[in-house]
Amino acid sequence: MSERLAILIAEDNAADRMLLSTIVSRQGHRVLTASNGLEAVALFEQERPHLVLMDALMPVMDGFEAARRIKDQAGEALVPIIFLTSLTEGEALVRCLEAGGDDFLAKPYNRVILEAKIGAMDRLRRLHDTVLQQRDLIALHNEHLLHEQRVAKAVFDKVAHSGCLDAPNIRYMQSPYALFNGDLLLAAYKPSGGMHVMLGDFTGHGLPAAIGAMPLAEVFYGMTAKGHALAEILREINAKLKRILPVGVFCCATLLNISSKRGLLEVWNGGLPDGYLLHGDGRPRQPLVSRHLPLGILEPAAFSDRCEVYPLAPGDRIFLLSDGVLEASDQHGQLFGEKRLLRLLEANRQPQALFEEIQQALVTFRGEQQDDVSMVQVGLAEDDERPRPLAFADSGQSSVMDWSASFEFRALSLRHFNPLPYLLQLLLDVQALRPRGGELYTVLAELYSNALEHGVMGLDSSLKQDASGFAEYYRERRLRLASLRDGYVRFHLQMLPEANGGRLIVQVEDSGPGFDPARVIDTADDALSGRGLALVRELSDGFSRCPDGRGVSVEFCWSAEA
Amino acid sequence: MAITSQPSADGQELTIVIRGRFDFASHQEFRDAYERVSVTPKRYQVDLRDTSYLDSSALGMLLLLRDHAGGDSAQISLLNCSSDVRKILAISNFEQLFKIS
Repeated sequence: MSERLAILIAEDNAADRMLLSTIVSRQGHRVLTASNGLEAVALFEQERPHLVLMDALMPVMDGFEAARRIKDQAGEALVPIIFLTSLTEGEALVRCLEAGGDDFLAKPYNRVILEAKIGAMDRLRRLHDTVLQQRDLIALHNEHLLHEQRVAKAVFDKVAHSGCLDAPNIRYMQSPYALFNGDLLLAAYKPSGGMHVMLGDFTGHGLPAAIGAMPLAEVFYGMTAKGHALAEILREINAKLKRILPVGVFCCATLLNISSKRGLLEVWNGGLPDGYLLHGDGRPRQPLVSRHLPLGILEPAAFSDRCEVYPLAPGDRIFLLSDGVLEASDQHGQLFGEKRLLRLLEANRQPQALFEEIQQALVTFRGEQQDDVSMVQVGLAEDDERPRPLAFADSGQSSVMDWSASFEFRALSLRHFNPLPYLLQLLLDVQALRPRGGELYTVLAELYSNALEHGVMGLDSSLKQDASGFAEYYRERRLRLASLRDGYVRFHLQMLPEANGGRLIVQVEDSGPGFDPARVIDTADDALSGRGLALVRELSDGFSRCPDGRGVSVEFCWSAEA
Repeated sequence: MAITSQPSADGQELTIVIRGRFDFASHQEFRDAYERVSVTPKRYQVDLRDTSYLDSSALGMLLLLRDHAGGDSAQISLLNCSSDVRKILAISNFEQLFKIS
């Protein structure tokens, strides 16, 4: 049956000691004997027996004191002590247990009961050992896991913080290990100024939830830096997640495209709770509602990248949150819910205090700190008009500087394809132009959208004067673009070497009817007569309109650095 | 058991009933409910009448069922959704993938 144990017998009566020794060794155990408590403690220290049979009353040191000392020495390990006693009154028996005894056996000894008790105590001892081993193993695993999370978080923080979450117009609140709750917050400047912001929430928790964050962040930052539009980034992220994530894992997300200088907000929400566009002038807030399935569920062909467009004025803010806020529950299982949140939004007077107010409300509601909450507020950046430097994948050794190229993008391409990132890559092969990549992008983007929206599609920008006209404009833009059959936008690029540097001439033409210069000057907010034109003039080194009104030409010059 | 499944008499339809919380803890039980059945149903019904709560991993599990049932050709109805459950399904726009009633 059980393994051979080392059993210490402490008994001052020689006859009893002999009797016990015989019974125990017949059971197959190794016996150690002591005739008083002090000897027992010394022997325990030396031999570390598995179990102790302890007489209660002994000379020199009694069994109670000896039991206390042995238990002390044993530490975490369970060394069962069975008291041997002729004491019968309850109080004395209680003392045995209080001194650390685990059981007692009344004299005179009954062999069968003694055997049974040794067996029972041995089971208990082994159970205790197993528990200790498992506890240590779990502690070790947990330490590994935390270590891995720390490393993963450090790597991820590097990726995530290559963005611009610390921009002055962004406030955010995220629990430190939000990543392992599947929450993800990214922000990046667009080369043309303005920024893309994304709040995401992967299904599940822990490493599986965090794992999709890496490729997602890479796509988000990579494509934003190259000047891709939000819709293209969305399609790419969805396709990538669909390809790599197992079925059942997906990412609820809201993506924002904030164009400061055009005063424009584009929103795509798939599966996150309503975000809000909060107006600085007291107009009612605009909910930013989930219109799509989360990212990573639909096949690319079925995926919709359709964004909603809103005008954005100075003082406006966009507020996004993950479902951790709404799904916080109190001890009765009641959810925090949307109504409570809306009351907080309503009552909020100072934007910078909003997060604290929400957190305070959550703590009051739940009675404890919430650890899976992500919130972000984005405003219009005031000094965000300047284009940003671009990130490059390679160091661009070659600088061929004497060429020209023409591109004509016709209706079908215009419907589905954004030519700017590709043109830009071509141009930025010229190293000397790279420091001005952001400016170049901004100018090309302004000229392209002007050619497309007003030239090819004939949209009237005077529509954009109020909020409803604004929405109407972008609805119309989408409809006309989707059914575009004719028309083109042409880019003529000329790269000319000069004595001490070079010159780039970009001509943009479209198939539109051209414009009447007199009329353009009247409409103050036409994309190329108001802010757009000012920007193009400021950023380029030369600007002129073609005489027929169907095209414009800009120049960029540079001189070779020493 | 919180999740039970019952095939129709002709074996064409499998009804899965979920009681209480439907979250990650129900993962294995939910899978068993449609994997460990002797029939190969054409249609699935998930009865959420007694489902008190549903989280995003439950949405993931519904997608797994959809995958099991043939992906885009799957016929799955979510029945008797409470307003809370309906709201969660609506935020994720799951009505594009499931028949919700």
